[in-house]
Amino acid sequence: MLEKALQGNKAYWGWIFTLLVAIGIGFGFYVVQLQQGLGVTGLNRDVSWGLYIGQLTYMVGIAASAVMLVLPYYLHNYKAFGKLVIFGEFLAVSAVIVCLLFVVVDLGQPQRLMNVVLHPTPNSVLFWDMVVLNGYLFLNIIIGWAVLHAVKKGVRPASWLKILIYVSIPWAVSIHTVTAFLYAGLPGRYFWHDSLLAASFLTGAFAAGPALLLLILMIVQKVSDLKIPKEAIQTLTKIITYAWAINLFMLLLKIFSAYYSQYPAKMATFDYLFGGVGGEQMMPWMWNFVFLSVVSLVLLVIPSTRNNPITMTIALVMVVFAGWIDKGLSLVIGGFIPNPFKVHTEYWPTIPEFFITVGVYAVGLLILTILYKVALAVQRENAS
Amino acid sequence: MAINRRTFLKAAGLTTLAGVAGHAAMELLAPGALEAARPESVGRFPEELTAKRWAMLIDTKKFTTVQTYQRSIDACHVLHNVPHIPGDQEIKWLWTDSFKHVFPDQQHELVPDAIKNQPFLALCNHCDNPPCVRVCPTKATFKRDDGIVMMDMHRCIGCRYCMAGCPYGARSFNFWDPRPFIANIDPYYPTRMIGVVEKCTFCEDRLARGQIPACVEVSEGAMIFGDLDNQDSEVRRVLRERYSLRRKPSLGTKPHVFYLI
Ligand code: SF4
Ligand code: SF4
Repeated sequence: MLEKALQGNKAYWGWIFTLLVAIGIGFGFYVVQLQQGLGVTGLNRDVSWGLYIGQLTYMVGIAASAVMLVLPYYLHNYKAFGKLVIFGEFLAVSAVIVCLLFVVVDLGQPQRLMNVVLHPTPNSVLFWDMVVLNGYLFLNIIIGWAVLHAVKKGVRPASWLKILIYVSIPWAVSIHTVTAFLYAGLPGRYFWHDSLLAASFLTGAFAAGPALLLLILMIVQKVSDLKIPKEAIQTLTKIITYAWAINLFMLLLKIFSAYYSQYPAKMATFDYLFGGVGGEQMMPWMWNFVFLSVVSLVLLVIPSTRNNPITMTIALVMVVFAGWIDKGLSLVIGGFIPNPFKVHTEYWPTIPEFFITVGVYAVGLLILTILYKVALAVQRENAS
Repeated sequence: MAINRRTFLKAAGLTTLAGVAGHAAMELLAPGALEAARPESVGRFPEELTAKRWAMLIDTKKFTTVQTYQRSIDACHVLHNVPHIPGDQEIKWLWTDSFKHVFPDQQHELVPDAIKNQPFLALCNHCDNPPCVRVCPTKATFKRDDGIVMMDMHRCIGCRYCMAGCPYGARSFNFWDPRPFIANIDPYYPTRMIGVVEKCTFCEDRLARGQIPACVEVSEGAMIFGDLDNQDSEVRRVLRERYSLRRKPSLGTKPHVFYLI
């Protein structure tokens, strides 16, 4: 079926070309990083993870969010999502590949990557993260591809596929839970050491993921003959609203327990992020996050703005962007500041780091484009 | 014959399987409880110093001048080819910081000026319950039977999870190739490559040759090194007599570097 990705108009090829250029630039910078070491990044002795691991965290959430389509459709037989489920699964596939690439570009010795497999270490959460991410990738590739084959042949998906689909539902939850455990299980990192972390990861993901998917589908709708059922949009935006509201509520819980208790270590990172204590680099981002979160929540909660295509689109963009500031930037960086000596060392990505990140995202978009192209062609053939 | 070969093999296979699974579960729920076994055959010298549980004492009353600290730091860094990289991507095994940074939870406004302004040595604590070992996905960081937390630089993939895990900022990462930053390379100790993590090793290389750690040797009695499990050792005797502090005891990592006050 892959050959269907080879047919397209000028705009399609222009898009593919743009992505290839971005991948090429990113790869060029990656070669520099390989030769000179991670010294070319803004990382340092105190902030040992940064932009790359932040993107891993954010994209795991995007991948996990596919379950917000799969679950209603397969478990509750919610028909309106029928045509969209495959797009959710393929978004998950590209998102997980992006995650794995971010792990690779973050390693100091990438050629030793296989050590994780050769010396399996069950006490390390990173080992389990690798297991669940790869498992989820294969689940979604197999499910997506087999479902598409069934659509092409006009038959119902085989029953073994059903089992895989049911497995994929808790599995989606596991990938984000395990990723949260990467952080939540560390002593002395008070910003992360929080039993709510996995839960708030999931709610943030169940808002930002479907929001991103809807935005992508609206673009796809413009450039192809895909029709998103109105009911599907309404249901998805409601899911986003609830998830987003719970996510922000959890943030308030953390702020309460830090400040009412006046526990210094718990307040320190919030002081830095929102108050600019010890460095103001993150502060403007955090206040943008607050603005985007509150406005988008208001737009989503009020039915008339939620159902109006323009205000809804604005709200979705805001949720995606606020979610990114939260998981892709402040969570990882904030966890390291202040350091174990209560000293504030700041971090900001460098130009190579930025372009490598763009390059990795371009790989994800390329895979997404090809998968969507195939899915659209198959659905079109089937309809005619 | 009550048990034939086949059933015996089956039973043996099952118990092995249970053993393996049990081991995995143990590592998961009580990580660090099982320690990496030490190969008995390699690299052993007859003069090797051994202990059940190595520990270090730092007598903060004897470290009075900058020179006394610097002597120990230089001894460590020169001997182990620790590079001098300026800025926040530096490498350090043994260094000093103020009381309020080394003991962030123990500082208050009324700490005497003498202590407030005195530098304190900091290094890897060779914790008994080390989070760095728990999180490492390749066993590149492991704890030996004698309590020394070791790094296998040939195994390390440079994921830096151990740096996130260590609550004492004891680990450094080779952001750059360290060799150009070493003034005089000591041929008796390996230099590191780009992209791996490193830290103090309690001079396990010297212990193997029958010598005490370099920093202790040049400290003129301001540092004491010995077996904590031995009732009669000097470390135990001094710990009985004097008041000592450990860094961040509330985290449950059980550091094995003690500060005599
Ligand atoms: S001080 Fe840090 S690096 Fe050393 S054993 Fe403890 S946790 Fe590990
Ligand atoms: S950086 Fe090396 S030593 Fe540290 S956790 Fe990763 S593999 Fe282990």
